[in-house]
Amino acid sequence: MAASDDRRTAGTLRAGATAGIPIAIGYVPIAVAYGALSVKSGVPPGQTCLMSMLVFAGASQFMAVSMWAGGAGAAQIVIATFILNLRQLIMSMALATRLRDWRAGERLAASLGITDETFALLSVRFPPGQAPSGRFVAGLMLGAYLSWVLGSAAGALFAAAIPESLGSGLSIALYAMFIVLLVPAVRHAWRAGLTAALAMALSLALHRVLPAGWAIIGATVIAAATNVVWPDGREAVA
Amino acid sequence: MRLLAIILGMSVVTNLPRVLPMTLLGRVRLPAPLERWLAHVPYAVLGALIFPGILGVQPAHPAVGLSGGAAAAVLALVRAPVLVVIAAAIAAAMGMQLWLGG
Repeated sequence: MAASDDRRTAGTLRAGATAGIPIAIGYVPIAVAYGALSVKSGVPPGQTCLMSMLVFAGASQFMAVSMWAGGAGAAQIVIATFILNLRQLIMSMALATRLRDWRAGERLAASLGITDETFALLSVRFPPGQAPSGRFVAGLMLGAYLSWVLGSAAGALFAAAIPESLGSGLSIALYAMFIVLLVPAVRHAWRAGLTAALAMALSLALHRVLPAGWAIIGATVIAAATNVVWPDGREAVA
Repeated sequence: MRLLAIILGMSVVTNLPRVLPMTLLGRVRLPAPLERWLAHVPYAVLGALIFPGILGVQPAHPAVGLSGGAAAAVLALVRAPVLVVIAAAIAAAMGMQLWLGG
C-alpha cells in the first residue's frame, strides 16, 4: 500500500473529496432509489430529504420508509434503526484510536460523517498508526453527505418517473463499493481476508437466527476478535 | 408530526453511537488487545455487510447479486479503476436480471 504517498498528498480538502468520488458516485443511485421509494411509500418529499440530512444512514432509511408504509409504530422504527446502526458504535471506537491527536471539536464533526463506506475507506487507506488530516476527512465526508442528500432529493422529486425495478438493480453498486474497499486490504494482508471471510460465514449463520442488524454486529464483533488471539503482525506502534 | 418525531428519533439513535466513542475515547490509550480487535473491525464489517446481503439485491434471484459481486471482485483484483468496477457490477447484475427474465 502506498502509505507514504498518501501521507504526502493526504492534507487537502480536495484530496479527501477526490478519494471519496467512488463513494459519492456509488451513493447517487442508492439515494435516488431511496428518495423514490420513500415518496411512493407515502412520505412527503420534504420529510424524505430531511431524513437523509439528519440520519445519513442508507440501510436504516430504506428500512424506515418500508416500515412506515407497512404501518409500523414510531417506537418500532426508531428501535430498529438503533439496532441496525449500532455497528457505528464499533466503527466510531475504531476511528477514535486513529484520530487520537485531533481536537475534540474536530472529532465530533468527523464522527457525524461515519458511514460504512467513509469508515472503511479511511481505515483501509490509513492503517493503524497513521492518521488522515482533518481537511482530507472533511472533503471525503462532505462529498459523501452531499451526494446522499442531493440524490435523495432527486429521487423524491422525480419519483413518478423512476421504475420500481431500477432500485434493486442499482443497489448492487453499494456492494461493489464494499468489495472495492475490501479487495486491496486483502491483497495487502491476507490475514485481513481471513477476518472478512469468517465474518461472511458468521453473518450468514447469524442471519438465520437474528434480525439483520444484530447479525452484522455479532459477525463483526466475533470475526474481528480473532485478531486478538491471532494478530496479523501489523501492530499499531505508539 | 408523527413522521417528524420518527425522523428526529432516528437521528438521535443513529448519531449518538457515531459521536459518543469519538468524543469520549479520543484521548484514552486503549489496551493493546482492544486495539487489535478494533484494527480488524473494518475487514469484519465489510465481510458481514457483503454476505449474505448481496444475495438480497434481487431477493427472487440471488444470482443477480452474486454475478454483480463476482464481476466487482474480479475487476478489483486486477486493479481496475473504481468507477469501472462499479459500472461492471451494475452491468453484470442487470444483465443477469434480464437473462433470468426479471
